[in-house]
Amino acid sequence: MTTVSSRPGPRRLRQWTGRVGWTVLGWAAAIVFFLPVLWMILTAFKPESAAETWPPKFIFTPTLSEFRLAVTGIGPFLTHSIIATVGSTVLVLLLGIPAAYALSVRPVKHWRDGLFFFISTKMLPIVAAIGPLYVIALHAHLLDSIWLMIILYTAMNLPLAIWMIRSFMLEVPTELLEAARLDGAGRIREMGSVIMPIISPGLVSTALICVIFAWNELFLAINLTVTNAATLPMFLISSVPQEGLFIAHLCAAATIASVPVIIVGWIAQRSLVRGLAMGAIK
Amino acid sequence: MTVIEDLAPPPKVEVAPRAVSRREAWARRLPLLPALIYLIVVTQIPFVVTLWYSFQSYFWDTPGGAHFTGLSNYTTVFTNANFRGALVRSVVMTATAVIVAMILGVALALLLDRKFFGRGVARTLIITPFLVMPAAAALVWASPMLDPNFGLVNYLLQPFGVHHVAWLSTHALGSVIVVLIWQWTPFMTLIVLAGLQSQPTETLEAAKVDGAGAFATFGELTLPHLRPYIELGILLGSIYLVNTFDAVRLMTNGGPGTSTTNLPFFLYQEVNNAFDVGGAAAAGVVTVVLTIIVATFALRLFARVFQFEEAR
Repeated sequence: MTTVSSRPGPRRLRQWTGRVGWTVLGWAAAIVFFLPVLWMILTAFKPESAAETWPPKFIFTPTLSEFRLAVTGIGPFLTHSIIATVGSTVLVLLLGIPAAYALSVRPVKHWRDGLFFFISTKMLPIVAAIGPLYVIALHAHLLDSIWLMIILYTAMNLPLAIWMIRSFMLEVPTELLEAARLDGAGRIREMGSVIMPIISPGLVSTALICVIFAWNELFLAINLTVTNAATLPMFLISSVPQEGLFIAHLCAAATIASVPVIIVGWIAQRSLVRGLAMGAIK
Repeated sequence: MTVIEDLAPPPKVEVAPRAVSRREAWARRLPLLPALIYLIVVTQIPFVVTLWYSFQSYFWDTPGGAHFTGLSNYTTVFTNANFRGALVRSVVMTATAVIVAMILGVALALLLDRKFFGRGVARTLIITPFLVMPAAAALVWASPMLDPNFGLVNYLLQPFGVHHVAWLSTHALGSVIVVLIWQWTPFMTLIVLAGLQSQPTETLEAAKVDGAGAFATFGELTLPHLRPYIELGILLGSIYLVNTFDAVRLMTNGGPGTSTTNLPFFLYQEVNNAFDVGGAAAAGVVTVVLTIIVATFALRLFARVFQFEEAR
């Protein structure tokens, strides 16, 4: 008996080596995928002279000078990005929650067709209509306006959002809805006191997906904005010099533009997994 | 979820929808209308206008506005080798990136489903490429990573006999696809991981008790369970990757030559450099028609696979 407890059995040992193997593999994959991001952040802290060397420098005196250089003039772009992202996400939720309700809790007769229409709008590549979209915006006096960005980003994210919110609403137990109705709750109270509390984590992940796609969007911004509504991806393109030494400057600007969404995504990754998966099973 | 016919019906709380009164039917329709009207106006009108312009001759830089030209824009599109090239490259880019990202995504999800030291941190690092702004990622890949003279990739590949390769000149399309795969693998991993975590542990344990090997368990139990998740990933990935623009515009600007010009970049050039609204519209209409054909075909295929599964 003493022999058993003094040394690990072959099974324990195998389990342990297995775990080490998975750890090595898991970390190798993590490093490969994270390396470009790490390199971007590392380079952002280099002085320009240390950024373009062969072999690449891994040891250097970190400096904030490139960040200081990169933030000059970022103000309007940052403001536009925040307005377009927050504005479109709020509008998506305002339009999406009632629509999802009408496709799940008290469904309209042709709810399948409705759902199919919403998803089919995502299958039409928006790039195909970019020329006419420009002409329409021009005539509607919406060119280079932040309203246009809010309108288009809302349309871009709404279908996926309706799909996701609907999946979350289907999760609401039928008994709860029936109980509320027996209590005489109307649609509004049913929504406020039964459905909303249950789906609110789902709404967070839906909003998160909308924020990621709106914040990072470039194609519509590059075609339809100039200065009054230009967003952060546009700042990234326009502010970085294309000749001379510019690598550290570029990395500083890229880091600043990416960091907000990276941090939000890191904090909310569990809800991100749940949100993306809901559509698969419902 | 990829199959509309396969959707879970909403729970029947009250009476069946067929029996509802007219008033109730309108009360049900009302919450749907704002979103429906919004999407019809914002997404369908531009396509109707696109259709109209596709029959017009309209150049930005020529005064006089648009005038009807019949099918000449379409003749130009179909005889344009650049358009056909862009079409083929779009298909190659999307298909390769989606398939490879999904294979890697399944592998990474299986890995992250295991218990190992620091798994939470490893998962956080792996999903990060999906969160990085694509424009930022494209610029960072273009210079700090892939530059022939001081890029990190060449440095790391040195032990394998790689010496100062100008990736974006010699392997432009491949480089762009690698970046797309890098960006979309985390997305696939997230979806498949959620699928793995929803798999009931009892069935897996029962298989173990029955003496099923790891590969048999994966093929017979895990993979069929993952199918809807994999299909969702492929569908969403394709929808977003067909529109790839940032990586092409900022890494290679469509070049060298037209070797990385895909449909979005081609259309962007038509409007911004050639000022040809009519031509771009006709190309857009052709793109939309092709997309609809592919999407319908894909949906049918999925539907058949599903029915086969259920019949078994």
